[in-house]
This record gives sequence, structure tokens and C-alpha cells, in this order.
Amino acid sequence: MAYQEDIALMAHLMRRAGFGAGRDELEARVAKGYEATVEELLHPETQPAVDVYTLLRYQPASLLPGGQPPMGNVNFMYHLVNTKRPLEEKMALFWHHVFATGNSKVDNYDQLLEQIGLFRQQGMGNYRDLLLTIARNPTMIFWLDNNQNHGTAVNENWGRELLELFSMGVGAYSEKDVREASRAFTGWTFETKIPRLPYGRFPWKFEYRPEDHDDGEKEFLGHRGRFNGEDIIDIVVEQPACARFVCRHLYNFFVADEAQVPAWSIEPPRDQKAIDTLTATFRQSRFDIRSVLRVLFNSSFFKNARFKHLKSPAEVVVGSLRLVGGYELPRPGYGDLSMQPAYMGQDLLNPPSVEGWHTGPEWINSGSLMARINFVAELVGDPSLPGVRAIIDRLKTRGSLSPEQLVDGCLDLLGPVEVSSETRRELVAQAKEWGQTGWASETSAKTADKRVGEMLQLIVATREYQFA
Amino acid sequence: MAATQKDPVLVTVQLSGGNDYLNTVIPFNEPLYRDNRPAVGIPDDQILRFDKTYGFHPAMAPLKKVWDQGKLAIVHGVGYANSPRSHFRSMDIWHTCEPEKVGTQGWLGQVAREYDPKKENVVTVVSFGPSLFRALVAPGVPVACVAGPLEKYGFLPNIQERAQRLQVLDRFAKMYAPVAGTGVMEYLGTTGLDSLKGADILKVAPQKYASTVKYPDTPIARKLRGIAQVHFADLGSRIFYCDHGSFDTHAGQNPGHGQLWSAVCEGLEAFMADLREHDHADNVIILLFSEFGRRVHDNGSGTDHGAAGPAFILGDKVKGGHYGEYPSLKAEKLVQGDLNPSTDFRSIYSTVLEKWLKLDPKPITGGRFEQPAFLN
Repeated sequence: MAYQEDIALMAHLMRRAGFGAGRDELEARVAKGYEATVEELLHPETQPAVDVYTLLRYQPASLLPGGQPPMGNVNFMYHLVNTKRPLEEKMALFWHHVFATGNSKVDNYDQLLEQIGLFRQQGMGNYRDLLLTIARNPTMIFWLDNNQNHGTAVNENWGRELLELFSMGVGAYSEKDVREASRAFTGWTFETKIPRLPYGRFPWKFEYRPEDHDDGEKEFLGHRGRFNGEDIIDIVVEQPACARFVCRHLYNFFVADEAQVPAWSIEPPRDQKAIDTLTATFRQSRFDIRSVLRVLFNSSFFKNARFKHLKSPAEVVVGSLRLVGGYELPRPGYGDLSMQPAYMGQDLLNPPSVEGWHTGPEWINSGSLMARINFVAELVGDPSLPGVRAIIDRLKTRGSLSPEQLVDGCLDLLGPVEVSSETRRELVAQAKEWGQTGWASETSAKTADKRVGEMLQLIVATREYQFA
Repeated sequence: MAATQKDPVLVTVQLSGGNDYLNTVIPFNEPLYRDNRPAVGIPDDQILRFDKTYGFHPAMAPLKKVWDQGKLAIVHGVGYANSPRSHFRSMDIWHTCEPEKVGTQGWLGQVAREYDPKKENVVTVVSFGPSLFRALVAPGVPVACVAGPLEKYGFLPNIQERAQRLQVLDRFAKMYAPVAGTGVMEYLGTTGLDSLKGADILKVAPQKYASTVKYPDTPIARKLRGIAQVHFADLGSRIFYCDHGSFDTHAGQNPGHGQLWSAVCEGLEAFMADLREHDHADNVIILLFSEFGRRVHDNGSGTDHGAAGPAFILGDKVKGGHYGEYPSLKAEKLVQGDLNPSTDFRSIYSTVLEKWLKLDPKPITGGRFEQPAFLN
């Protein structure tokens, strides 16, 4: 079963570093090798970018979607479903979780998509550079009121969140540090917005106004000087707390569910050794995210963390759409499709607050559980979809299937998914109601297709399937 | 706590998108109304005058009847300071009672937790809409969210063959049975069984339902009919929620705004008739709100985002009338061109919580607010 184990491990990698993969892709990747696949994922530039012209043709309004959903979501969803650079897109989602910026205030999906674009470009690059980029991002500046942060009247919103939510976490700095960091970012604003009427929205542009900057001496985390914003970032990234914070975020997103971020100053990490390994790389590589990810995906703590992460709604929706196929073109109806994560509690481009989404078990409530199960079940129960067809076709080649073979075959081709013995017993009991499943005659084939669909639906409804 | 048939029930109808105050409750004597509404004003002869000062939009005839019966309270100038004019942020403020920071707990979710702290009834809160409204969210509170028709509510709706479906749902229940294991599996188990139970309970509602009332064929009327079905089934549901929209009439306000109100009013008319037919009217009140009002001066074909708006409470136990003050339309009284709120939205919640739901409003609204006396 060594080969089967390779498939299972590759499936795990692709679920975490991407949005899952069907069996054909997994086999091709196993042939290529695990480490080589990691390298390919770490170097998205080796793969083609998403074809935005197709998006333009089908959903022209999604290029500059303005302030109303769902066209901004259509744009993001199209990228998520079609990307050949899954880790690039996953990192965009990751940074969107961390630097959570929402349409609730920004009221401008054009700008939010631009920010996601920055995450695509820089998400695996240097963290220090990324922090600087986000500090200069007009969308972020508006979201956290840094345009109201003046030399003569300090607004601490950005300064505080930079330290609390974007780099170090509560407990690593004093209130004075917040004040001093905020002073250093005075004058970091954006150009006066051009009125929306009559020509529509204009892109926002960063602007530094030296006359509005407090150029006095500041004392920040034990350093003293006439700091500007960039100096603050340079001091922050050198802090051990920063390395721990960023690496714990990566661990929580890619390896296994941690406590919610606000609790990190109280609750120790789930795996201190793993965090130590990652932080060492973070610092040695001078804040290179790609290097940290390379260590992460090749580590045994990652490989041993199968199904230790509750799928986010985005992972549920995108993973399912990519598995079943047929949703590559942004046809009419894509609007509702792109809002599906919102129905399950994750309104992309509109996180509930700057704290981002609460993850892990907090994704689940009665409504969201029903929403996620029903959404996935409807897709996998439709044998006309190419990915479902592919599963049926593979099962067909195995001849007539006993109830156990049907269950194990479906579990295998949906993941492989691992379920508890109690769950498997129930699945087998259901399959026994149906008896043998086979495609020998036209009528039995029709029934068999239906049975597979129903078994897949039952599997995606399990507790285990909610995990990645 | 076991709910009885006569426990107070609240139905909230969310008018999403920002309803235009000036064309909903029209101050027809006010010359500034005419001055500000050259394009989307309601002609004098079409206004449904209901007293010496105000009239309704012509599409609101059914609501005027409720007014004439003394069962409609209009709360004027509702809003909050520093109105953000963002739909989403404004809606969040209404949902969580947190105008200053981002709140995480919905006001009605907290009500549900007060009523049923041990979670004995998974259908205490029933929501009809596309998603879980934040107003209903509170940790540990189950909410039954019905997105489509009630008849199809439940897990795996596309397995339709009855025997097959029962069998599969039975498997589902067994697979979600409590297991000794990690907390997360346990939690998923409870949630799964709660929702399954909720689906099971709710599904009897349409089967038990019979009525001579014909509801119009609109989304809001279908939702209200679903609410009526669940309410009549005596399942102990106390909080119902639904939405209609979009009232975001930046353009094409004539005739769009009227169509929206026709749908809402005709739906409510049928709903109230249904309540009375089933002798279930005396323990239900209906709250209508929108996240904000719209700009005083029109923009040529519609109106932009504004601030203060009206809220409506209707029901057999409601004391009809005007509450609060219609904000001044005088240019110097406007805030960035918008009506300045004169009533904090939490005032309405406070009355509803204390007088109707019999709860202390303070922990939920986060303060003491004057209570407009639309309930005894």
C-alpha cells in the first residue's frame, strides 16, 4: 500500500497548499514526487496565470465591481476555482485572513481586489516588504483610518492593529509603543479621492504628506530615533514575537487549528517545536515566507497533521467546485455561487472585522453546517458533472462492487477520506441496503450511478468530511 | 423553558438596502419635501394621507388600513450618531447594537439564549433568508435557517425519494451520534443533530397548515407564509426573521420603491389575516426596519445613502401612532445632506425587549434608552 500512502499524502498536501485535487492530478503529482510538487507550488510563476479575459467576456462587471456584492466575489471565486497556481491563491486567502479588510467600510470591491492582487504577487515573498506594501495600501489606510492620523492629532487605529493583529500579537508591546508607532505613520495617507460622479470610481493612490508627518523623536520597543513608518516596520520584524506570531498564523492556516488569535498571548501553541522550527527559518531567511513554507510542507509535523484542520467555507466551496468540475466558466449564476462561502459564514472580501474570521470549530453552527453539507452534497450527487463522472468511471473499472467495496471506493476517490470505524459501519450498513453495485446492464448502470451519487452525498455529510 | 401558544413572538422584517424615509412617510405639508424631490417626489393627489401631516406612499394602502385600525406604530427619525452610510456596517450596527465597535453577538441571538439557555428547543429562532443574519448569532444558540421553501428544508434535499431519504437521514443521525473524542467532533455532532432535529420539527409545519388566506406570489410573502406555518404549528418558536429588498434605490426609484413596498405590504396584509384566521394574532408583533434612510435631495432618478429612517411596529397589541420626531428638513439641520437621527435604534429594541419579550434590555442594548410607548 505504499503507493496508496503516497496518494493520501499528496492529497493532504494539495488540500492544504491548494484546494484539493482529483485522482488524475494526484497520480500525476505522485509520479513527479512530493518535494518536486512542493517546489512547483512554491514557484507559481512556472504555471500559467488565470485568464482574466474569459472573466471579462462573461462577467464584465466583475473587473471593477464597485461597492455591491456579488461581482467582487465573482472575480475572486473565478480565480480560486481556475487557478493553476493553487498555493499563490491560498496565500492570497491566508493574508486576507491576517490583514482582514472588509467591504463593510471600504465600500469598494475594486480596491479590495487590488489588495488581493498584492497578496498574490507578494504573498510568498519577503514579509517585511509585504508589511510595508500593506502599510502603503490605500485600502488598508482607509480601513484603519490612517488618513485621519495627523502630525497634530494622532489616530492609533492602524498603529495598534499593525502591532496587535498584523505582526506581534497582544503582550509584545506597550501602550506607549502603540502611540509611538502611530506617530511614525502620520502623513501616510492617500491622494484626495476623485468624486465618483460622473465618470465612476477612480483607483485610490498612496500619498505621503511630509507636512502632516510628526518628525520628532520617538521611543519604540527600546529603540530611539526620529522614526518614520518604515523604521517601525524594520524594528517590528526583528522582534522574536513577530516571528512567533507570523509562524503561528501559518501553522494555524496550513497545519492544524489553533486557538483563536486573541487567545494566543494566553494559550501556548499546539506544537511548540513546530513553531520553533518555523521561526528559526523565518529569522535565518530574513523573513522569507517561501522559505518558511518549504520547511513547513516538507516537515513531518505537517505530513502527520491530516484532517486536523476544519475546512473554512472558502475551502469547502472552492474544493468542491474544483473536484466536481464544470464550473470553470463564469456563466450566469456565478454570482450566487460566489456568495456560497458567505452563506456558510465566510463573506470573502468582507470579513466581520479587522480581527478576521474566527476559524476552526467556530465556522460551524446549525445553519452553516446545513449550508455546507447541502451545497457539497448537491454537487457530488450530480453524475453529469465531469469530476463525479470520473469517480464513477474509476469505480466502474473495478467491476461489480460489494457494499464494502462501494464504500471504500467512494471514500478513496473523494480524498482519500479517513473516517472512524463507527462512521464506516454506518456507510456500509447503508450500502448493504442496496446490495451489490454494478454496471453490467443499462438499467443496473443507471441504478449504480445513482447509488454512487448517494454514497458520495452521505460521505460529504459526515463529520470527518468537514476536516481537511 | 417550554413555550406555550401565548408566549410573545417577535417577527422582524428587514428592509435591506436603505429605505427612503421621505417617500415612505411623506410630510406633505412641508414645502421642502417638494423642493428636494423634483424627480422622485410623490404627486399630491397620489399620497395616501393618513392624518393632517403625513401620508404613505401610494403602494402602502394595506399598511394604511393597519394605521386606521390603530395597530401601527411609526417610530420617527431612527438611526445612530455618525451614520457610516455603508450598508454592511450599518446593518451590523442594527444587528449587534454596537455603533462604535464591531460587535459579534446579535441582539436576537442573545434573546434566544435568555429564553432557552439549555438549548431545549432548536427552533426557538427561525430565520427565512439567504444566510444567517448576524442579529441571530450568539455562541451556543441554534438557529434554524430556512433558505428555500419550508417543504424542502433539511439535509440533503435533493434525495427526494421518500423511503431512501428517511433511510439516509437515519444514517446521518447515527453518524452524528455522540462519540467520546475530541471537543470538535462532539461539537459537530451536537450541531448536526440540532439541525437535523430542527429540520424534523419544522417539516411538520407545512403539513399541519391549512388556510383560506391567499398570499401573493412574492419572495417576502412566501417567507411570511413560512413564518405563519411554523407559528401555527406551536413549536415554541419565539423569534422569526426575514428580509426583503433591495431598497437601495439610487436609480429608478419610481417605480422601484413602490413595487418593493407593494410586496411588503401585501405580504403583511395576508400574514395578519392569516394570524387572525388562526387566532394567533394577539401574541405576535412585527418590526420593520431598514439599515438607514436616504438622502433628502434626490439625484435625478433616485436617492443616495442617508441617515435617519422610520421603523414600524404592527400587531394587535401595538398602540398605533407616531413616536419620536420627524427630523427637520431644513438645510441647516441636515447632516451632510441627510436627516439627523432623533431616535436611537436601541430605543425601539428596549421597548420590544422590556414590554414585549419581558427581558431586561440593558445587557442586550448595552445601555438605558428611552422607550417609546408603543406597547403597554
